[in-house]
Amino acid sequence: MTSANPLTPKERMQVPRQQMPEQDAQDRVRNFTEVPLGLTPDMAMLEARRCLECRKPTCMSGCPVGVDIPAFLTLIVEGKFVEAAWKIKETNILPAICGRVCPQDEQCEKLCLVGKKKHPIGIGMLERFVADYERSTGEVRIPNVGEPTGCKVAVVGSGPAGLTAAFELAKRGHTVTIFEALHRPGGVLFYGIPRFRLPAEVIEAEIDVLKQMGVEIILNAPVGKVVTIDELLNEEGCDAIFVGTGAGLPWFTNLPGENLNGIYSANEYLTRINLMRADQFPNNATPVYCGQRVAVIGAGNTAMDAARVSLRMSPEEVHIFYRRTRNEAPARTEELEHAIQEGVQFHWLTAPTRFIGDDNYFVKQIEVQKMELGEPDASGRRRPVPIPGSEEVYDVDTVVLALGFGVNPLITDSTPEIETNKWGVVQVNKETGETSKEGVFAAGDVITGGATVILAMGQARTAALGLHNWLIERKGLDMPVEATALEAV
Amino acid sequence: MHKIIERTDVAPDTVMFRIEAPMVARKAQPGHFVIIRIDDDGERIPLSLAEWHREDGWIRLIVQGVGYTTKRLNAMTVGDALLDVVGPLGRRTELPENDTLVVIGGGYGAGAVLPNAREARAQGRRVIGIIGARTKDLVLVEDDMRSICDDTYITTNDGSYGIKGFVTHALEPLLETETIGAILAVGPVPMMRAVSDLTREKQIPTIVSLNAVMVDGTGMCGGCRVTVGGETKFACFHGPDFDGHQVNYDELVLRQKMYAAQEKAALDHSCKIDEQVATLT
Ligand SMILES: Cc1cc2nc3c(=O)[nH]c(=O)nc-3n(C[C@H](O)[C@H](O)[C@H](O)COP(=O)(O)OP(=O)(O)OC[C@H]3O[C@@H](n4cnc5c(N)ncnc54)[C@H](O)[C@@H]3O)c2cc1C
Ligand SMILES: Cc1cc2nc3c(=O)[nH]c(=O)nc-3n(C[C@H](O)[C@H](O)[C@H](O)COP(=O)(O)OP(=O)(O)OC[C@H]3O[C@@H](n4cnc5c(N)ncnc54)[C@H](O)[C@@H]3O)c2cc1C
Ligand code: SF4
Ligand code: SF4
Ligand code: FES
Repeated sequence: MTSANPLTPKERMQVPRQQMPEQDAQDRVRNFTEVPLGLTPDMAMLEARRCLECRKPTCMSGCPVGVDIPAFLTLIVEGKFVEAAWKIKETNILPAICGRVCPQDEQCEKLCLVGKKKHPIGIGMLERFVADYERSTGEVRIPNVGEPTGCKVAVVGSGPAGLTAAFELAKRGHTVTIFEALHRPGGVLFYGIPRFRLPAEVIEAEIDVLKQMGVEIILNAPVGKVVTIDELLNEEGCDAIFVGTGAGLPWFTNLPGENLNGIYSANEYLTRINLMRADQFPNNATPVYCGQRVAVIGAGNTAMDAARVSLRMSPEEVHIFYRRTRNEAPARTEELEHAIQEGVQFHWLTAPTRFIGDDNYFVKQIEVQKMELGEPDASGRRRPVPIPGSEEVYDVDTVVLALGFGVNPLITDSTPEIETNKWGVVQVNKETGETSKEGVFAAGDVITGGATVILAMGQARTAALGLHNWLIERKGLDMPVEATALEAV
Repeated sequence: MHKIIERTDVAPDTVMFRIEAPMVARKAQPGHFVIIRIDDDGERIPLSLAEWHREDGWIRLIVQGVGYTTKRLNAMTVGDALLDVVGPLGRRTELPENDTLVVIGGGYGAGAVLPNAREARAQGRRVIGIIGARTKDLVLVEDDMRSICDDTYITTNDGSYGIKGFVTHALEPLLETETIGAILAVGPVPMMRAVSDLTREKQIPTIVSLNAVMVDGTGMCGGCRVTVGGETKFACFHGPDFDGHQVNYDELVLRQKMYAAQEKAALDHSCKIDEQVATLT
């Protein structure tokens, strides 16, 4: 193959990684507009030229949905941006979203060969660039939809898992209806991840493609309440169900004073601001209580989002308390760096011990304790151990708990045949995504208890194909059975 | 969109609506509530179901205008529509299935207890209704209550109608004369607390419906957390009905005031807009 890339492999290694322009930290903490501004076409082409077009592209084995990375990079080098977007969409229907929120430094970019000596290729920012480019042309290609099979599938939840499953099933000719509990589709993409990281129009555009493929979305429809899984199967004429309801159950600390006013789960705090636009209060009717000193507990993406959203509500100080060190913090590197640049104050090896309230039951102080790292625990991370007598008290008026999630029991309570483990996480056959209830498949955070967008999408693709194959067998469809299992990551 | 098909002013600042909501009507059970949003800038607020019609696909709500959203709602008329109505939410009320049921409603609670009263009546149980209000004008759903219940008592704080005093004044004598299997009390927190205090010693099962501040109503945010029997529960998901003898009412009252300052700001803001509109027209 003759490469369009004018650079020799040696020259490619000399080109530094392109830096995506960003809004200045001083300005951006006063708005909800996107922080990274995107690459220019020239920057994108230069960045893509750095790719060595490896014959055995290790980067691809780091991508849970198997995006053909060198192929789309080559198309960028050739200036075929729209074609590059289509290439990605062969296996990933949400490139503008994944390009923005994938933990690339743990996935594709981590395994990029160039990264062994220099900075890896900016796969995520290039993915974002081509998807944005296609959208900016005003003509986003709608994937072909297969001959109608006559099968009806209900998808529960419209997060990345549900959207991916709907896409794979619609593409194969099944009639798909999504049921979503909230009044907007997108799941965590909409209510959890803030607009300065993922603008609404990006999510809407990617969902619009699904609608144009004939997928129906019914909002305000919590399954288990409005209709049960059994009713969908027995009364509403659904042939199979895909469950992608996520892990929306916030964990609390059980520490004294936790129910004081001003103490939020990250879910509530972010929902009030991202979904209900409490930052626009009173023009939007939903309030949020953000005081002058905000404390966020945790150091995952959720904690970074809560802290950075808080900054934009103009308090005096925002603090993050985390019981381990920066090295163990689960957040994407970019989010952590952005939080530091924007002025969040970090307290590593520090955990809350109680919350102290005022006479009106509002939190006024948080007591914390210093920790040191002890022996590794089951997860392989060193366990934080409290240091006696190291208690300190900070004045705060808002506390956001970003401690992780359990699985919301709305579905499993109303459908007990769906087996869960003791934490409520739905158990599935890993090859097919099928649950213990026949004809019901599941993927995403509901089967992991909380992971990433792209992992949810990868699993959803597996489960959608498992569901598809099940339909072929059950309904005697004249279609080829498809391989489901993707290469393990 | 959910069209308003009937609107009746039942008391000052209190409106009864019939609203199209077929998905809710199909599955509604006594004790359930909905979450509504008027329009895209609107807040999600919880409202109890007072009645529903499965075939015709409507629900009935009673709305007390206490703040920005409820006042806006009460200004809407037949033909207007709500953007979102989600439900039925919460768990259905579970009442011990024996002996007399006493339902007690204060404010919108008088409507909220009707579905349980109807169901108990249909099961052939003796049902006694008590409606409490500050004054005669504010007595709600008296006709409904009388048509369902074997006996109905009205109490007003100022004595302008029925028994003078609180709902407990009507309940207390009944505790002596009736074999009460269960009490359901829905209304302002002080009322639910007073009823629970009265029945605690006699160990009469007393169910209350907790009106915590909510967002999603499905167990996703934890904003509605209440303390019951020393444990944190989510009112929308584990409730809204709980054992009245176990509830930490002090905390509930304080948590309901979380947005007091903002609520005032929202109302002032809307008054300013009204003024501006008035000067334009
Ligand atoms: C604040 C925050 C930031 C994050 N940042 C990142 C990031 O930067 N990168 C990354 O890769 N991952 C990130 N994650 C994790 C990622 O968002 C999730 O792993 C991913 O969204 C899971 O997708 P899902 O489709 O399984 O579930 P969700 O996105 O949770 O979607 C589930 C949907 O189902 C709906 N639902 C639930 N129950 C029902 C029901 N009974 N009936 C109908 N609908 C129902 C919910 O309302 C929701 O819309 C973040 C998570 C949070 C909370
Ligand atoms: C399960 C449930 C069922 C309910 N059923 C009904 C009903 O059938 N009819 C009805 O009129 N109201 C009902 N409520 C109360 C109703 O939701 C609130 O009155 C409403 O949310 C107030 O919104 P607002 O914007 O009008 O007032 P706001 O400006 O938000 O508040 C005004 C005043 O109401 C208080 N308040 C705020 N939220 C609540 C709340 N959730 N519960 C009680 N007080 C609150 C505030 O402390 C404040 O004093 C119910 C509440 C719950 C949780
Ligand atoms: S989808 Fe995510 S992991 Fe896969 S190539 Fe794109 S950015 Fe990398
Ligand atoms: S590993 Fe890196 S250099 Fe090799 S193909 Fe993938 S992106 Fe290009
Ligand atoms: S309202 Fe969000 S958990 Fe109850």
